[in-house]
Amino acid sequence: MAQVADYQENLKRDHRQPSESPEVDMNPMVDLAFLLLTFFMLATTFAQPQSMELLMPADDPEAEQQLEQPIKESHALTLVLADKDQIIWYRGITDPVVNRTTYARDGLRQLLSQTYAEVPELVVLVKPHEESTYANLVDILDELAQSELPRYALADLTQEDRNIIAPTLETI
Amino acid sequence: MNPMVDMAFLLVSFFMLTTTFKTEEPVAITLPASQSEVKLPESDIMVITLAEDGRIFFGIDSKHQRVRLLQLMSQEYDVPFTEAQVQAFSLVSTFGVSIQALPDYLDLPPSERKSVIQPGIPLSDSLQNELYDWIVLARMVNPNLRVAINGDATTKYPKVKRVLNTLQLARVNRFNLITNLEQES
Repeated sequence: MAQVADYQENLKRDHRQPSESPEVDMNPMVDLAFLLLTFFMLATTFAQPQSMELLMPADDPEAEQQLEQPIKESHALTLVLADKDQIIWYRGITDPVVNRTTYARDGLRQLLSQTYAEVPELVVLVKPHEESTYANLVDILDELAQSELPRYALADLTQEDRNIIAPTLETI
Repeated sequence: MNPMVDMAFLLVSFFMLTTTFKTEEPVAITLPASQSEVKLPESDIMVITLAEDGRIFFGIDSKHQRVRLLQLMSQEYDVPFTEAQVQAFSLVSTFGVSIQALPDYLDLPPSERKSVIQPGIPLSDSLQNELYDWIVLARMVNPNLRVAINGDATTKYPKVKRVLNTLQLARVNRFNLITNLEQES
C-alpha cells in the first residue's frame, strides 16, 4: 500500500517537472536593444538649424530707378563693417564725424536705438569692407532686424566712403 | 531587468521614429550665430554651402529632383552621364565639383569620395557661371525651392558677395541664411 502511495507521489512529481515555465535568455535581445539605442542616439540630429530670412531688392534697372531716390544726408547712417570686428560709422557724407564701435550690446545696439530716436526717418546703409567676415554681416543684419528699423540697405563701398574711413581704418 | 528592457525598447522606438540622419558634409562649417528663431524649412530647399576658403558646394534635398536637375545640366553643358552616374548623383546630398569633373567624381565609390578634396563649383567673375545655371535649372525643376546659404562665419565678405550677386542675377531675392541660435547673455 505504501508502495503504491510512493509510486503515485513519484508520478505526480514527474508531471510537475515539465510544466514549470521555461526560462528564455533575454540577454542577447537586450544587447541588441542597447546597441540600436546607442546607434540612433549618435546618428540623430535633433536641432533643426535656425535661419535668418533676407530679402534683397530685385536687381533690375527699372526697379533700381525707383529705389534710388536720394536720401537726405541727415537721415543717412553709414555703417562700414571693418576688420577685427569693428564698425566704423558716420552720419551724412560731407565731412562727417567718423566714429568706431563694436558689435557688443552697448555698441551697435545703443547706436542704432539712439540714432533712431533722434531721426525717425533714418536710413541705415551697411557697407561691408573686404576684410569683414560673413559673421559680421549676419550679426549686423540680425541686429537691424531686432531693432525694427524700417529702412536699411546693403551697399557697396564707394571711393568716397573709402576716403572717409581711410584714416580710421589705419588705427584699428 | 524587465523594466530596464522596456525602457530601452521605448527609447529605441522613439529614436527610430524621430530621427533624421546627419547628412555627410564635404567641409566643416562653423555657423555664425543670430537671434532669429525662424526654423529652416525641411523640404523644398537648396543649400549653397560657402566654405571659409571660398569654395562653393551645392545641394538640393529631393532625390527625384536631383535626377531631373542633372539631366537638364547635362543638356546645357553637353556632358553625358551614364545611368549609374545619374543614380549615384541622386544620392549625393551636396557636392563641389565642376560639371566636367562630375562624371569622374560620381564614378568613385562613395567611401573614396570623402577623401577627394573637392575644388568647389566654379564661379568665374563673369556672372554667367556654373553656379548660376545650377540655381536657375534647380528652380526650373522645382519652382518652390527655397534657397539657404550655409556659410562659414569666417568667410571674407567678397566671397559672400559673389554668391549674393549670383543669386540676385538668378532673380532669387529672398533667401535664408543658416545660423545657430545665439544665447542671450
